[in-house]
Amino acid sequence: MRWAVIQFPGSNCDQDAFHVLKNVLGQEVAYVWHKETSLNGADAVIVPGGFSYGDYLRCGAIARFSPIMPAVKEAAAQGRTVLGICNGFQILCEAGLLPGVLVRNASLHFRCEMITVRVEQTGSRFTSEYRIGQVLRLPIAHGEGHYVADEATLDELFAHKQVLFTYCTADGQVTAEGNPNGSQRNIAGIANRAGNVLGLMPHPERASEKILGSDDGLGLFKSILASD
Amino acid sequence: MIRAQVIVRPRKSIFDPQGDAVCRAIQHLGVTAVTQAHVGKCIELVLEGNDVEKARGQLDAICQDLLSNPVIEDYVLTLQPADAK
Repeated sequence: MRWAVIQFPGSNCDQDAFHVLKNVLGQEVAYVWHKETSLNGADAVIVPGGFSYGDYLRCGAIARFSPIMPAVKEAAAQGRTVLGICNGFQILCEAGLLPGVLVRNASLHFRCEMITVRVEQTGSRFTSEYRIGQVLRLPIAHGEGHYVADEATLDELFAHKQVLFTYCTADGQVTAEGNPNGSQRNIAGIANRAGNVLGLMPHPERASEKILGSDDGLGLFKSILASD
Repeated sequence: MIRAQVIVRPRKSIFDPQGDAVCRAIQHLGVTAVTQAHVGKCIELVLEGNDVEKARGQLDAICQDLLSNPVIEDYVLTLQPADAK
């Protein structure tokens, strides 16, 4: 599979994603600067974490107008894989590729720690290597990860099996206690209706090697490869 | 020349943790009559030209696309002709 990792001014998880794809999974991967207008035929695109444009105005609000974004939207429309991690999730929401928006954590604190999420669906191209109810240890690092959408949108997300990951306690309970940022219904990651675009706040690319304390994130990338 | 001001506010139906924290801080300082606070943004723009209605149409689109996110925010746009000085 050919992968593209987009770099915005302020991206800071681009190299982690590149490393996992190239060195851990042996994939063909290239950086794409945000001022470019083509993904050069990549099969999958990663919109990485960071603080694009300093998070000015709202997280992702300015990045969504970058010259590369029409190509990302086109790739999404063509059914190619688009994965937005952390700031990438915020950008995909602002761009309208995913519903809802990420706002300031309910606690107002920037949360940088290892958390646990529950795998809610395995019929997705992003989660086929996991099992339903599996608890993953993944790091988060965000101040604006509090997922918000109106009730009708939330109902639709669950009805169409678009909620792939929810925040949970270490023993897999999806409760307020396990929710690090106040996200509605503990939502940590959602796919679009077509199932080819995923946004999530936790960082699977920072948990893909045992030496990092967890390799629970690797299954997400392996799932995408298995879907190819 | 035209001066425009955009006030962006969190929607009432959306929990505003910043406003909540500010409200509690004010109460902590002894002004307990304050029961609500909402924190938004004020964006000031200066435009060339003097066609206020044309500018209003252009800026309305910008407010919806860029300056606010309609999922969580409302905005109020005001424009007025101004001296070039």
